[in-house]
Amino acid sequence: MGSNHEVHIEVNGELRTCTTEARTSLADFLRDQLGLTGTHLGCEHGVCGACTVLLNGTPIRSCIMLAAQADGQSVTTIEGLSGPDGELNGVQEAFCKTHALQCGFCTPGMVLAVQALVDNVPEPTQQDIDDAIGGNICRCTGYVQIREAIELVLGDVAKVRTSDDATVGAR
Amino acid sequence: MKPVDFELHRPETLSEAIALLAEHGEDGKVLAGGQSLVPLLNFRLARPEHLIDLGRIASLTAIRRTPQRLIIGAMVTHAQAERSVAVAQGAPLMARAFPHIAHQAIRARGTVGGSIAHGDPAAEMTAVAVALEAIMVAVGPRGTREIPARDFFIANLVTALDHDEVLTEVRIVPPAGPTGAAFEEVARRQGDFALVGAGAQVRLAQDGTIADIRICLTGVSATPHRALEAEAVLIGHAISPESTQTAADATRDVLNPSSDLHATADYRRDVAGTLVSRVVKTAVQRATFDTTSAA
Ligand SMILES: Cc1cc2nc3c(=O)[nH]c(=O)nc-3n(C[C@H](O)[C@H](O)[C@H](O)COP(=O)(O)OP(=O)(O)OC[C@H]3O[C@@H](n4cnc5c(N)ncnc54)[C@H](O)[C@@H]3O)c2cc1C
Ligand code: FES
Ligand code: FES
Repeated sequence: MGSNHEVHIEVNGELRTCTTEARTSLADFLRDQLGLTGTHLGCEHGVCGACTVLLNGTPIRSCIMLAAQADGQSVTTIEGLSGPDGELNGVQEAFCKTHALQCGFCTPGMVLAVQALVDNVPEPTQQDIDDAIGGNICRCTGYVQIREAIELVLGDVAKVRTSDDATVGAR
Repeated sequence: MKPVDFELHRPETLSEAIALLAEHGEDGKVLAGGQSLVPLLNFRLARPEHLIDLGRIASLTAIRRTPQRLIIGAMVTHAQAERSVAVAQGAPLMARAFPHIAHQAIRARGTVGGSIAHGDPAAEMTAVAVALEAIMVAVGPRGTREIPARDFFIANLVTALDHDEVLTEVRIVPPAGPTGAAFEEVARRQGDFALVGAGAQVRLAQDGTIADIRICLTGVSATPHRALEAEAVLIGHAISPESTQTAADATRDVLNPSSDLHATADYRRDVAGTLVSRVVKTAVQRATFDTTSAA
């Protein structure tokens, strides 16, 4: 029989203690046990990026991580980005302004991937931007407006330096 | 898309993990980053009754460098190794391969040891291990074994690891002298497993000839391919357009890849040759740069 596990996970700044089955993915835990349905499930095998959440600030696929593996760690979902009254944060605002979504299915994962880029990479290159969202599939937008959203949120479009082979190889 | 019920164990030491594997025998399976195993669980292609998660064993997450060796703990993530200066210096080919593995979010969880233990001949780390003659250290109830890469990969997804053994670390001998490396792939989509991938690591002698060369290919055979035939053409000489062409042809001659939905055998063979000549040229350029910057 499967085992049950008590997990202590900080979700969007709040410590949550729950019991979960060993086989429960972090995505199902967030959606079904905590009711945070902003985390979307597309493929459930790591390919599409819809289920992206931040684990200790880094994007991961919540469909291929067990909830029990997140014990003692910090998770940020899309619900964690907006303000107390639902005010959009900078990245979300930029997605609105540039029409970077249509159906919105990929958007939570996409926004979190971009949030991590903004938080973790000072002066990202075009290559950094493409790498940050390269694992997130969008069937609607064609990505052009998503890149525009990122450039908008990064402030000055001109600041986004064009990358060369040297920067790719050096990483 | 839910896994079959299983029992999860989260040991804090290696000896506990090995005891659990011994206890559960064929019903037990190691869980590392889960980036290959959890998809298989979700599809119910794997149905282990006991999963032994190595995620709490701190001793497996270190990268260490001695004068003779680079030692990468099995639970070092792709992302951690990708950023490591010790890896960039001690295993330049490995460092060049990471950006080709999946996407950032997968590299954040997937591990070097998991990739090698999984034994997929399409995976970059298996090919790098073969090219760099890595030694895999396995610990089990019968003690510790050091398994050279050429004996480690037995067939597609089959390795020399016994079911009750844990891969604990990967050892690589760092290059001595001006060295350059390159990795290139042809994939259907960026981040997918490549149709064919090729890597080369080259060390130059003082006169600019090739003193040491390692070439590997992914996706062309049941086990990761070391392109000894191309290495034999190039070693001891300075490269020229003719020699890289001959090396490419030598590779095409020996390969017998399979056809599938994504590419025919002929296409894979052709791409493999082209990638071999490209990575060799780039690796030599980088080694030359290494010579001049060291001088
Ligand atoms: C969408 C997607 C794209 C991907 N693309 C690529 C790619 O382009 N190239 C690539 O190389 N990989 C790719 N991967 C796989 C990824 O690199 C995995 O990280 C890697 O294959 C397995 O590492 P892991 O730590 O996740 O291992 P797990 O998934 O946890 O384990 C894999 C297997 O190895 C065994 N195992 C793991 N660690 C040990 C150990 N220390 N001792 C004994 N046995 C062990 C497990 O029992 C299991 O059978 C991709 C994955 C996804 C989901
Ligand atoms: S649902 Fe997780 S990657 Fe597609
Ligand atoms: S907006 Fe529809 S999938 Fe991206």
